[in-house]
Amino acid sequence: MTEHLKMDEVQPRLLDETGQGAITRPMDRPEGPLKVSGRATYAAEYKAANMAFGVMVRAGITKGGYSIDESSVKDMDGFLGVWTDHMIRNSAQGMMDTNPVQLGQRVQYLGQPIAVVAAETFEQARHIANRLKVDYSPEDGDVDPETASQVDQSVALDQGDLEQAMKDAEFTVDSTYTTKPHNSAPMEPHASLAEWDGEKLTLHGSYQMLKYNKNELADSLDMDADDIRILAPYVGGGFGSKLGIAAEAVGAAVAAKALKRPVRVVMSRQNVFEMVVRRTETRQRVRLAADKDGRLTGLGHDNRQSNLPDEGFSEPVTLATHFLYGGENRRYEQEVARVHRMAAGSVRAPGEAVGMLALENAMDELAETVGIDPIDLRVRNIPEIHPESGKQYSSRSLAQCLKEGAASFGWDQRKGPKERREGEWYVGMGVAAAARTNILMESKARVTLNPDGTALVETDMTDIGTGTYAILGQIAAEMLGLDPSKVTVDLGDTDLPAGSGSGGSWGAASAGSSVFLGAKAIRAKLAERLGCEPSALRLQDGMATGGNNRRPLAELMEGPIAEEGHIEPGDMSDEMQQAGYGAHFAEVAVNSVTGEVRVRRTLSAMAAGRILNEKTAASQVHGGMIWGIGTALHEAIEHDPRTGHVVNNDLAEYHVPVHLDVPQLDVMFIEERDDHANPMQVKGIGELGLAGAGAAVTNAIYNACGVRVRDYPATPDRIFPHL
Amino acid sequence: MKPFDYVRAESREDALRADGRVIAGGTNLLDLMKLEVETPDRLIDVTRLDLREITRQENSLRIGALVSNADLAADETVRRDYPVLSRALLAGASAQLRNKATTGGNLMQRTRCPYFYDTTQPCNKREPGTGCQAMEGFNRILAILGTSDKCIATHPSDMAVAMRALDARVEIESPTGETRMLTLDEFYLLPGDTPEKETVLEPGELITAVHLPEPPKGKQAYRKVRDRASYAFALVSVGAVIDVQGGKIAAASLAFGGLGPRPWRNADVEEALVGETPSDAVFDKAADVLLADAKGFGANDFKIPLTRRVLKAVLSDLTGVSQ
Amino acid sequence: MKITLSVNGEERSLDVDPRTTLLDALRDHLDMTGSKKGCDHGQCGACTMLVNGRRINSCLALAVMHEGDEVTTIEGLGEPGALSPLQKAFVRHDGYQCGYCTPGQIVSAKAMIAEFSNGWPSYVSDDLEAAPDFSEAEIKERMSGNLCRCSAYPGICAAIKDAAPEEGLNEREAAE
Repeated sequence: MTEHLKMDEVQPRLLDETGQGAITRPMDRPEGPLKVSGRATYAAEYKAANMAFGVMVRAGITKGGYSIDESSVKDMDGFLGVWTDHMIRNSAQGMMDTNPVQLGQRVQYLGQPIAVVAAETFEQARHIANRLKVDYSPEDGDVDPETASQVDQSVALDQGDLEQAMKDAEFTVDSTYTTKPHNSAPMEPHASLAEWDGEKLTLHGSYQMLKYNKNELADSLDMDADDIRILAPYVGGGFGSKLGIAAEAVGAAVAAKALKRPVRVVMSRQNVFEMVVRRTETRQRVRLAADKDGRLTGLGHDNRQSNLPDEGFSEPVTLATHFLYGGENRRYEQEVARVHRMAAGSVRAPGEAVGMLALENAMDELAETVGIDPIDLRVRNIPEIHPESGKQYSSRSLAQCLKEGAASFGWDQRKGPKERREGEWYVGMGVAAAARTNILMESKARVTLNPDGTALVETDMTDIGTGTYAILGQIAAEMLGLDPSKVTVDLGDTDLPAGSGSGGSWGAASAGSSVFLGAKAIRAKLAERLGCEPSALRLQDGMATGGNNRRPLAELMEGPIAEEGHIEPGDMSDEMQQAGYGAHFAEVAVNSVTGEVRVRRTLSAMAAGRILNEKTAASQVHGGMIWGIGTALHEAIEHDPRTGHVVNNDLAEYHVPVHLDVPQLDVMFIEERDDHANPMQVKGIGELGLAGAGAAVTNAIYNACGVRVRDYPATPDRIFPHL
Repeated sequence: MKPFDYVRAESREDALRADGRVIAGGTNLLDLMKLEVETPDRLIDVTRLDLREITRQENSLRIGALVSNADLAADETVRRDYPVLSRALLAGASAQLRNKATTGGNLMQRTRCPYFYDTTQPCNKREPGTGCQAMEGFNRILAILGTSDKCIATHPSDMAVAMRALDARVEIESPTGETRMLTLDEFYLLPGDTPEKETVLEPGELITAVHLPEPPKGKQAYRKVRDRASYAFALVSVGAVIDVQGGKIAAASLAFGGLGPRPWRNADVEEALVGETPSDAVFDKAADVLLADAKGFGANDFKIPLTRRVLKAVLSDLTGVSQ
Repeated sequence: MKITLSVNGEERSLDVDPRTTLLDALRDHLDMTGSKKGCDHGQCGACTMLVNGRRINSCLALAVMHEGDEVTTIEGLGEPGALSPLQKAFVRHDGYQCGYCTPGQIVSAKAMIAEFSNGWPSYVSDDLEAAPDFSEAEIKERMSGNLCRCSAYPGICAAIKDAAPEEGLNEREAAE
């Protein structure tokens, strides 16, 4: 049986009634012992009998035709084959559900996957891939987004008259910000082991959204999706890079089919920097018009970004700008330059991660111009209703986050630029608001309650480090009145009910709701057997109570009860503006000699509805803040100005934060329930922690030393010349 | 990685006899071999040789070529008498790499120029005559001093900068059993027309040790500026030994990382300081001398003013003059 | 080439290509996949192992060069049901998210505590000659060779602080 819910109306707060105490508490991850002992099995940990090793071959030119010369490598030790069939240009975009661009024998960027080689050993395959002779017929192609000849322009919104509002305003800000491209850089490189059994393909992969990935892979290979099974019980980080099927999966499948033996292909770190997707660079112009009290009368947010020709994704830079602050006159223009750089796509918090840097820096500039505290400015610009659509907001504790966060952080100790100096260091504080649209996605899960008081949760949902194993077990435990240790969670297998997949911060709410519904159906059955109304049923520690009965679960059950939960988004998504909110605070020190920046402490006050697990949720916020630090201070993909290729394609030169970059980070959760979001009243948090985080850092840099960094990242050379 | 013959040298004679590429820590060589930037036919594993001792000799400290960066940084004599060296080592790489990387190998590190690392790109150092893509490409981390129209690569070592400031000499043994001793200025070559040739080390020769002279008088410091707080190569670094006597600079030794194709030292800079009463103006003059011939290539232009600032700050610290 | 390694106290013989790294030798030849490959170039620390007691990047080590060496991997530190103090602390403090860098972090931390106990200074030590404080800055600098993209750094640091006394902090080893 399936318990189905389309989220068309507000649902009762059942999780406030259940009382098992499994939910919200900071439970350790159940898979923790496997992870800390090296026993968790990621894709490249799987091995098959008679397995061959595959390595991807990268294009050496920016644009043109190519052909491979198999004779150049066929006599090399261990050579098994080289194939160009079905090569995909780049990873599929999130939820693409179909094949990415396939070009045949064409190159559209330097670093593109153009072939896969297979050999008996990894060492042989890597050498063969290096030595494969490729004949190119190079052509010219645009690589610079600023001068590209093909630019797709669009005006997302033109409301009122922004130009006039800017003229009439008491105070204005008109600033341009630039951000560099970013790489997701999950610690686990993309890896696939492909095994064929006749026409059936089994793929151990490292992917975030299996139900789509199956279709994307099937389309890429021109086969039936029903013949594919993908397994991804552990995924070593994704951050968007594993939303869609990537080249190594296609390569492994093609090679394995041709060789009639299993093939494992693992991307090199350099491949991950080139063949997947990057976050686009952006140039953003933010215009703010305000009255004498700092109330916004106009808001403009234009951006220019880039992507490959025929790539559908564009970075939704203004995602939060639409609803965060008021102002009746609004305009957003977007330009996407078509260039021969690697594909742009989703990287953690697409849109907000860079859009909120510009918006929240501009708000900081406005606060200074108006002469009021940046927190006051933000609070007084929180709109009653959505300034564009007129929709009501669901839960929105933004003001509380700003105010309570400020009190906890010691914001009243903040001084002006260069007013606090410790030795060589200028010290300052910054704040930024956080907002991330909340999304509910269709998701299914099967929940089985056994008479012995154990339960099983099954879905093809993934855990990419976000805590899925923990929270799905906690939800089932809470609903069924069990200790979470009694619940087993099986994930990452397309043979299981199709979950939402991990992306867009919707996993916990969506997959969680499907588990909630499956368990709710079991509760209904138990209530019936106990002879009470479902609303009167109380389950706790393996005992069922209802009406005047109290009985152990085992006595109510003749055998296991299995129910499927199925959630779908409904009217609530359309009718209400739903988002998570927060406020980030940062204290930084800027070296007066070198311009080096060190973040000293941060606080993130977050409001994301009901928190399912305070431990894993806090870790997600830590992650977001640290990404914010990296974005603010040193992460930057550099493209060669002539070829467009990623010059710093490794972890030595692409600087993700290291331990020493990160101070102790504080997180506070504001108690909240979002009744419109889903039946659990939760909202996503994985990306909220990143939204605005970097802006708090750069605003703090300004407060410390008076240097307004508008070109990210704030490396020493962007600061010291202005000190 | 190209297949190679593997030879495990059990003695120095073995190592000197074998014709091939010496490998010790391998932290840079294997990195480059995986990318086939380096493609040796034979590797001579010298890690079993007896070159792991740090020994105090008359007038010098002899550091065996196989002493790991970690051991050298933690050595009590080095920490006490040559703190600039300990600090430089600890500023480099990561703990794991420092455990593996050796003294000799660190001197032989190759540039981090991204065009050198990418075999799809022309590079005069990797493939002489193909051109330099870095000059008009992404050159933020590359050199402003000692460049040629063929190459603008930087030497990435922190350790070598400190050793240069300490007047270290490299002990080299030839296949015929002769030993020669070279200063680092003699050891490293400027790129000129042959950027592929980085040192005067001849085929068959083996670095056996580095010698540090008597501990210098005065104060020592190593300051490194980089893009993240740790585990990153230098944008600019300074290794300095300054002795102030009677209010005047009696001796100065300054070496720089991140600026040139070798750990950079310019005697004229030191001359501009010695005998002077430390002051902001004197420090500026020293910086003028250092940077007189500095040339940026766009993205690395900032290194010129940054170097001035860092040099002045280090001199201020070591002489007790506030800027 | 045939080589013998002592892996987590057990003699293991294997036949490897001279090009095979210590990391791949363990992962692909001995099926010990606890150590991870994150970059294969010594830039992330996911492959950290102890060789003769010292932490190294096993991706930048040729297996043939380690003939006879004593190798300790994450599998040798503990297993579910019998976790080491550090491993337990990582679970307790959520010192991981996706878990991929975790074996490297833990093996690295184990060695870091020993280095610390032997009085090794670090880049952030104020005094090179004094015994270093077991401070957060010291832990973070010494752990900076282990990247974590999920950014579990706060939990990792807390876990190390918590477990260090049980892992022998300040028990100076006999000089080598």
